[in-house]
Amino acid sequence: MAAQTLFEKVWNNHVVYQEPGKPALLYIDLHLVHEVTSPQAFENLRNNGRKVRVRGRTFATLDHNIPTTDHRLPIVEPNSALQVKTLRQNCADFDVPLFDLGSPNQGIVHVIGPELGLTQPGMTVICGDSHTSTHGAMGALAFGVGTSEVEHVLATQCLWQEKPQTMEIRVDGRLGRGVSAKDLILAIIGKIGTGGGIGHAIEYRGSAIAALSMDERMTVCNMSIEAGARAGMISPDHTTIEYVRGRPYAPQGEAFERAAAQWLALATDGGARFDRSVVLDAAQIAPQVTWGTNPGMVTEVTGRVPDPSTIADPAQRDAVMRALAYMGLDAGMPITEIKLDRVFIGSCTNSRLRDLQAAARIVNGRKVAAHVHAMVVPGSTRVKVEAEKLGLDQIFKAAGFEWRDSGCSMCLGMNPDILQPRERCASTSNRNFEGRQGKDGRTHLVGPEMAAAAAIAGHFVDVRNWA
Amino acid sequence: MRAVKKITGLVLPMDRPNIDTDAIIPKQFLKAIERKGMGAGLFFDWRLRPDGSPNPDFIMNQPRYKDATILLARANFGIGSSREHAVWALDDYGFRAVIAPSFGDIFHNNAYKNGFLPVVLTPAEVDQLFQAAAQAPLHLTIDLETQTVSDGAEWKAHFEIEPQTKRCLLEGLDDIALTLQLNDRIRAYEAAHPIPYPAV
Repeated sequence: MAAQTLFEKVWNNHVVYQEPGKPALLYIDLHLVHEVTSPQAFENLRNNGRKVRVRGRTFATLDHNIPTTDHRLPIVEPNSALQVKTLRQNCADFDVPLFDLGSPNQGIVHVIGPELGLTQPGMTVICGDSHTSTHGAMGALAFGVGTSEVEHVLATQCLWQEKPQTMEIRVDGRLGRGVSAKDLILAIIGKIGTGGGIGHAIEYRGSAIAALSMDERMTVCNMSIEAGARAGMISPDHTTIEYVRGRPYAPQGEAFERAAAQWLALATDGGARFDRSVVLDAAQIAPQVTWGTNPGMVTEVTGRVPDPSTIADPAQRDAVMRALAYMGLDAGMPITEIKLDRVFIGSCTNSRLRDLQAAARIVNGRKVAAHVHAMVVPGSTRVKVEAEKLGLDQIFKAAGFEWRDSGCSMCLGMNPDILQPRERCASTSNRNFEGRQGKDGRTHLVGPEMAAAAAIAGHFVDVRNWA
Repeated sequence: MRAVKKITGLVLPMDRPNIDTDAIIPKQFLKAIERKGMGAGLFFDWRLRPDGSPNPDFIMNQPRYKDATILLARANFGIGSSREHAVWALDDYGFRAVIAPSFGDIFHNNAYKNGFLPVVLTPAEVDQLFQAAAQAPLHLTIDLETQTVSDGAEWKAHFEIEPQTKRCLLEGLDDIALTLQLNDRIRAYEAAHPIPYPAV
């Protein structure tokens, strides 16, 4: 048989039906549901007298709009409270297991899927959330969908899909000291652009990728969507297998060993070809900071904000001018002179234990700058518990960080954690779009180490000098 | 789903690339549990000033575009968040199609599910339309049957659409019902692929 990519193997394993040259009907192994994009889907099911087709492949949690100050307190904001109540009712009516507030399994959908062993290598995973690409780090084919497709999967456990093209992003060499997986993916997006991956399933490969922990791989795959890609994947290897071993929903004992052998066989074959290929050298990547209003507007911490007067293309010049006006930055200013009001460490991109450990190493024994309001929001209740066992909460709190309950929080500001107009934030999240963290808020995307150092210094610093 | 065959209307040219779904409809409008009424949130932060009055600098507030039904934009329209609310908002406001050189994949799919057309033309064709719209009110007809966009005079362009999607749009089919016609195949797949989790 011809050499195949990971994507092709997973895709082929899930085709229920396909006419030649037409979209495939793909079976969906795991469907994760949250409060914000599901109410209209359940409502339509109800109106059409339909059920959730399969019990045991759909799991729900609360993450997007919940306050993270204290999960035990009632939700004050009436619309958020109604969405939470609606999800609880829908899960009860349609018999969907819910990891509610107070459950040890609660957390951001893209943190709990892998953490609980729900997401397994070779699976197809969907969720009404674009960052579903995160689960591709497990060697799964995982992508975000809208509410109509949420409804379709609830009713049929399947989805019609046109086969995307494949793209290899090969990163060889070693990331430098103080350079994180977040810097790697930001550098990739800076290189291929916000539309560079449209219509493609990316596979991240090469020695720099193989050297990453699972938490770091999830950071990389998470932001595939910020390059426009349908999905981002990494071939399963022994790091993957050891991560899955022993997780609550993973196979156990003999069954695990059998599954592990099958998972390893999913890795891209030698000689398999991709439709496109992009190559980066890990050693050349420096810590990254976004200066603009999309994740492709990014540069090195040692660099400067671009100067529109030096840009020849009028459309590009206009886009940069508009971004600088929104961000309140001067053309050509050094990145390290950008002063911050807020620091947010959290989100499905960077809220796992390894992220919090990396940030805590920088913070340990230091104090947050007096003018900075800094917070850490663990990605899941389990991450929070683990971090507290390691004393990370004490390190953050002693430095002046707020230590929160888990949720999406200030990544998208659907809960009370938002930026005020013109407040400037170093954020470990995934989107620096206009208004994303609050109307007229100014977001700079960075990795957890860079965010931690910025909180201490009060402005961006090259964390390589601290590491 | 609403059937769609032909859309004829005034074009609103929004000359920006990378219009993300957070800009199309900001987060505060995602707290609804219904689909309707989303037009109130369309381009909220661009359309309205902090005091709630219309921002006169935003093109959508110019009276001459009041009846526009076709939005013209640059590359990567609808990137970012998967929120289908972006399509619901455009539709509720009165738009029926967006023409751009490229779209975010999830927005593109979401649009079809609502009988809303995301039409991909080449960057050169989109450029020609922006130039035409800058000179005089531009009315276009998008004909799904023939897969063409035309100005009723000389200008005409062809667009691609996957045939099954086209059929669903033309006939306004309920795609869940369509999928369930393959129930035997789905059952057979399920018989061979048991749920991989312990019982919950």
